[in-house]
Amino acid sequence: MLGKLSLSALPLDQPIPLIAGAAVVVVLLGVIGWIVFAGHLPYLWKEWITSVDHKRIGVMYVVLGLVMLIRGFSDVVLMRSQQAVAYKSPGFLPPEHYDQIFTAHGTIMIFFGAMPFIIGLMNFVVPLQLGVRDVAFPTLNSVSFWLTATGALLVNMSLVIGEFARTGWWPSPPLSEVTYSPGVGVDYYLWAIQIAGIGTLMSGINLTTTILKMRAPGMSYLRMPMFCWTALASNLLIVAAFPILTATLAMLTLDRYLGFHFFTDERGGNSMMFMNLFWAWGHPEVYILALPGYGVFSEVISTFSSKPLFAYRSMVAATMAILVLSFMVWLHHFFTMGPGGDVNGIFGVTSMIIAVPTGVKVFDWMFTMYGGRVRFTTPMLWSLGFVVTFVVGGATGVLLAVPPADFVLHNSLFLVAHFHNVMVSAVIFAGFAGYGYWFPKAFGFKLHEGWGKAAFWFSVTGFVAVFAPLYVVGLLGMTRRMQHYDVPEWRPWVLAASAGVIVMAIGVVCQIVQLVVSIRRREELRDVTGDPWDGRSLEWATASPPPAFNFAVLPEVHGEEAYWGVKQAARDQRRLREEPSYEAVEMPLNSATGVICAFFATLVGFAMIWHIWWMAGLGLLGAFATFVIFAWRDRVEYEIPAETVARFDRANRATRAEALASLRRRAA
Amino acid sequence: MDPGRHGRRGRIGRGWRILGRVAAVSAAGLALSGCTGILAPRGPVGGAERTILFDSIAIMLAIIVPTMIGTLAFAWWYRESNTKATYRPDWAYSGRIELVVWSVPLLTIIFLGGIAWVGSHDLDPAKPLASDKKPVVVQVVSLDWKWLFIYPEQHIATVNQLVIPVGTPVDFSLTSSSVWNSFFITQLGSMIYTMKGMTSRLNLQADHEGTYHGLSTHFSGDGFPDMQFETRAVSPDAFQAWVAEAQGGGGQGGGGQTLDDRLYRDLTKQSVADAPKTYHAVADGLFERVVSGKLPPGPGPNAPTGGTPPDVTPKGGTM
Amino acid sequence: MSDATANAPIALRPRPDPNHLGHTGNREGSRAPGRGTGGPAPKRIVVGYGFWVFILSDIIMFAALFAAYAVLRGGTADGPSGRDIFDLDTVAIETGCLLLSSFVCGLATLALSARRALLFQAAMAGTFLLGAGFLALEMREFAGLLARGDGPDRSAFLSSFFTLVGCHGLHVAAGLLWLLTMMAQVLTKGFRADILRRTMCFALFWHALDIIWVAVFTIVYLMGVL
Repeated sequence: MLGKLSLSALPLDQPIPLIAGAAVVVVLLGVIGWIVFAGHLPYLWKEWITSVDHKRIGVMYVVLGLVMLIRGFSDVVLMRSQQAVAYKSPGFLPPEHYDQIFTAHGTIMIFFGAMPFIIGLMNFVVPLQLGVRDVAFPTLNSVSFWLTATGALLVNMSLVIGEFARTGWWPSPPLSEVTYSPGVGVDYYLWAIQIAGIGTLMSGINLTTTILKMRAPGMSYLRMPMFCWTALASNLLIVAAFPILTATLAMLTLDRYLGFHFFTDERGGNSMMFMNLFWAWGHPEVYILALPGYGVFSEVISTFSSKPLFAYRSMVAATMAILVLSFMVWLHHFFTMGPGGDVNGIFGVTSMIIAVPTGVKVFDWMFTMYGGRVRFTTPMLWSLGFVVTFVVGGATGVLLAVPPADFVLHNSLFLVAHFHNVMVSAVIFAGFAGYGYWFPKAFGFKLHEGWGKAAFWFSVTGFVAVFAPLYVVGLLGMTRRMQHYDVPEWRPWVLAASAGVIVMAIGVVCQIVQLVVSIRRREELRDVTGDPWDGRSLEWATASPPPAFNFAVLPEVHGEEAYWGVKQAARDQRRLREEPSYEAVEMPLNSATGVICAFFATLVGFAMIWHIWWMAGLGLLGAFATFVIFAWRDRVEYEIPAETVARFDRANRATRAEALASLRRRAA
Repeated sequence: MDPGRHGRRGRIGRGWRILGRVAAVSAAGLALSGCTGILAPRGPVGGAERTILFDSIAIMLAIIVPTMIGTLAFAWWYRESNTKATYRPDWAYSGRIELVVWSVPLLTIIFLGGIAWVGSHDLDPAKPLASDKKPVVVQVVSLDWKWLFIYPEQHIATVNQLVIPVGTPVDFSLTSSSVWNSFFITQLGSMIYTMKGMTSRLNLQADHEGTYHGLSTHFSGDGFPDMQFETRAVSPDAFQAWVAEAQGGGGQGGGGQTLDDRLYRDLTKQSVADAPKTYHAVADGLFERVVSGKLPPGPGPNAPTGGTPPDVTPKGGTM
Repeated sequence: MSDATANAPIALRPRPDPNHLGHTGNREGSRAPGRGTGGPAPKRIVVGYGFWVFILSDIIMFAALFAAYAVLRGGTADGPSGRDIFDLDTVAIETGCLLLSSFVCGLATLALSARRALLFQAAMAGTFLLGAGFLALEMREFAGLLARGDGPDRSAFLSSFFTLVGCHGLHVAAGLLWLLTMMAQVLTKGFRADILRRTMCFALFWHALDIIWVAVFTIVYLMGVL
């Protein structure tokens, strides 16, 4: 009836996961209880859970990402403290827990921390920057988000019910095959990633279509803001790479569930094929995350330097070059598997070539500041911190692309430090830069600068303090994923890295405090202009927060930096454009399809993990029924009357007129 | 760009040279002080790899340090409050800068690409080392979770200890009995993966006597951190003496056992932190039978682990 | 930015669907091709385009399965190889069923454009029967292999064969379910704009399955027997 599930799945005999799991469950129940009893549920349901508004979904993605980043960071604290004490001693985490923790850390950070954070920013910003009202498929967008949330839920369920994978975040066979990993851990991984992956794929299709087919009149490709270009590249990569992951994980699932022989190394199976397929997705994935990050920095550096982006077309070319090259480097994960001099040489060189467009980007950011008026706001600090730290990560990356260097550094903590160096600065720094930059757009008030700067300095200092020692200890031959070690030379560096985590943790706390303080002082941080940073692209043309329909009238675009042009014209002519004639706007209705679908997906995932076949069938049936009911709706849109649109736009124009007047007063 | 900037750049260049020297000195210090790791190689392979590593680091530093300084300098000089800086609100393109911006990374990569191409051929792990001495052949099997070393020419085998003669190339053939591992002696250079059903090749040599740390670098399950072994590089004479001792049933953990298929099966069962062992003889073709799958793979966690008395015949009988 | 920019009249073409959200559905003669000149493309273009992108991603997934098949083809582990198990006659009939069903599906699309409900339903029913026939033959082939002990756990070659062909079969099965849903929708709701778009997507999907089958037929069956 319940498959493999029984009471023994609960960690009743293991205090650490039991307490951690129980605490999470209690907090979660507390939050849900508070929402229900304080009467917030109808609001949440109507305005957020069933919303198909890209801005709301974007915000929910970012919230999911932030929560999961904290979850992943708590794994860091555990791992670093284990390694701090596990010198010639077993430490406090036995291998079966330690192995779950580093697997969960990688999985959560990549799939449920970084991905939702970046996708959330793209979701929120891209339609606004393109000057349109929503993404191409608003309801599908909601389904995508809720499927991602399902994946996150399943991964976290494994904390309390059963176990998580103990294979590392890429579950390489034969270790991940049922012979060597008989528990449900790998199954949790597989179903969580598979379900979230479908959400990501659909989100990629959605945003690709949005960027290619839905842009404001006059917004030709070479007038799109840089962030939209990088979002386009990232989503094209999602569309091209995620299906490979889906197929690969499906093969591993068949191996585990039905005794297939794809990767077993028996009866003709081939574990090497898993690695090839996995990294054919895995390396583009790096750029799926990093490219939108580059886009955020382009926007932030240009805005806060009060200058256009230097060499925009060159940046576009570099972005697209990275898109293509990212598929040609996966073999550098196999330098140490003995493929021979020619193969190693070729893929060493292709891996390095990717540094060329990336290097161009760095120089172009540098020259964007040249001749500018640089304002050191928190997002700008994150961007500068990114450039300075990222070049180190890039350089060590090129270093690892030299096969003989990789022969001694592969799998070492040097490698770990390298990819954290690039991923944290290109993705997490970008995420926080974007978070601070677009927060006032989303909520109508700025984030507190003081706490933001504190968060930046502690995070960057902590980041350097963690990873500089890891580079060194990697050179001393320490390899990754060690639950304990006996080499005395490694000890001081490991301790130094652990100390760095404390500094980083202070940064995390500052980040949380910043949000709380900003919400409490929102009236003094309020931005009424809708354009708090003197922005250059269209998202700043509308009010903050934007109305459901984003723009009263779709903006006409006449050049690069669409909104900057409008502002310049207004300044030159000392007046706003004439008031347009307003028309009613149709917007898609809310839909519970996404969340209900996610409910059934959770059911299917959980049932498959525990071999409860009837429940899986029920879940699939439910999901199909949900789609049929969605398809049967007669009303899919609601109309916002022209008067409402006009009232909104007149108010927005009034603030712009006021801003123009104050500008003139200041000039005079 | 105005001509006045050249002088400033010259100063930055000097500063950078000093910084580079500091970096080089500290790197060298690290190499000398550490008696472990890849910065203190004890063989030709590791030595060549360290040279490539240092060369590449130097080339990369020559690019990234000016970039870091330039970024911070631009940001600081063009800060909003600096009235001396010229604001160029529409300056967003310069063909000359673009040319430099694309060619600097491109030239660097062409240069480094050459190093990579030549290096991956010269240091290909499968390539035999140039030497007038006949290499010692060692077959390596990674087991859950220990290392088995077979010396086919000496007909002996060891677990978790590797003894090699100094100044003589060692020709490794490697495979795995179950999950993947990666064989690495940090001070001798070049790691290589061990994979079930496949044979990988590695050639190393130790130039100095000593005990070196060997480990697996690819995560292989709960017992992974204990997949460590000592590599003792001894003089050729001492090596001969050790072989003779082992053949006579001595050596570390020696008990006069012959490593045959049955004992090998016992070895494949999961166990952690096994004490070093020496077998005075090995069944012929054992390694080949492991690679070809004629000997069963490691049974994984579902088999009873550890402590099986050697007289118990595993289920299914011997082959 | 020139002065012309600021003076340019804000173009507001009086349209029944100014925001292209598609409540009027199929808008002929739109000036918005989606290249950024006339604003967002009409809903029909957006939906079709998005679905094409999905089909491309699906084809990439199949490409991964084809790659796995190519790698594992020789991994028969002393079991049967393609030559031993493929029956080209059955496969030829399967192929005929599927290609014909695509043709009939095309007729259904024509009937839809002509708004002829009865013809549409008949053609869709024909498509269904041919698709179901294909699926039945495939399942018979699979059942035969399983009965002989040549299931997917026999060898890596059979694993990849069952997965690749089975995944296509699963797509056909999902397509049949979708087809029935579309028939029911047209029956109850008539030729509504959103239903027309969905039927267009279904037709795209069905034809794409044909393309994939042609590859399966060539690479798996023909090259397997040769």
